Amino acid sequence: MEAFAFYLFGGVALLSAIGILVSRNIVRTAVCLLGTLGGVGCLYFLLNASFLAAIQFIVYVGGTLILIIFGVMLTTKSPWVAFTPTRRQVAAGCVVAVMLAFGLCMLLLQADWPAAQKDLAAPSVKEIGNMLLTDYLVPFEAASVLLLVVMIGAAYLARGEK
Amino acid sequence: MSPIGLQHYLVLSAMIFSAGILCMVTKRNAIGILIGIELVLNAANINLVAFSRYQAVSLDGHIVALFVILLAAAEAAIGIAIFMNFYNTLRTIDVDRGDELRG
Repeated sequence: MEAFAFYLFGGVALLSAIGILVSRNIVRTAVCLLGTLGGVGCLYFLLNASFLAAIQFIVYVGGTLILIIFGVMLTTKSPWVAFTPTRRQVAAGCVVAVMLAFGLCMLLLQADWPAAQKDLAAPSVKEIGNMLLTDYLVPFEAASVLLLVVMIGAAYLARGEK
Repeated sequence: MSPIGLQHYLVLSAMIFSAGILCMVTKRNAIGILIGIELVLNAANINLVAFSRYQAVSLDGHIVALFVILLAAAEAAIGIAIFMNFYNTLRTIDVDRGDELRG
């Protein structure tokens, strides 16, 4: 059952990622990104990370993806406009990416991973909250300042003509 | 079918990572490049959560993945704002056209 779910969601994520590469239409690319983000979110459920899965769906699918789609709509006169790279650029990119994927997979499959000490029980939101406010307090506060800076910065950068 | 283990997730993540790199280098639309970056960050997140489940007994991977999601959202917001300025200046978001410091 777990294997079936893994291959299903992993397949959705990977096929959508390939769809992003193949599609020359930026709107279809954004829709394929939805498939990848959703597939990865479902994989988080399989990995016992249900809180992270919820965050993935709320922040990534509900926030970042919508932002990207707004960006697509605001920056193209016609959303079906496509800038195609030259064949040489695509070929060079493919060679690099295939070598990278092949090398990484070889490395990962040959590596001798130690067996898990114990299966992590499904973590509760309470534990994550406790860690955020004790061990990870400084990054947490830094992140909140960063979000404020980003909010002001994005509003400043994207303002209309004076 | 072997039971799903750490390596399955790592291999999947390596493939999504490579797809993201390829997306970044072949797209000429600035938003396509942003989408490639999101793919790479998601691949990293799969690794973090998988290691947290199968290798460590702590939740550190989950917390780091949470920060990665936060940074990705911040980066997308700033990126889109910059691309809108780029579009206002050059009337296109073809990154190959943005080769001058003064637009």
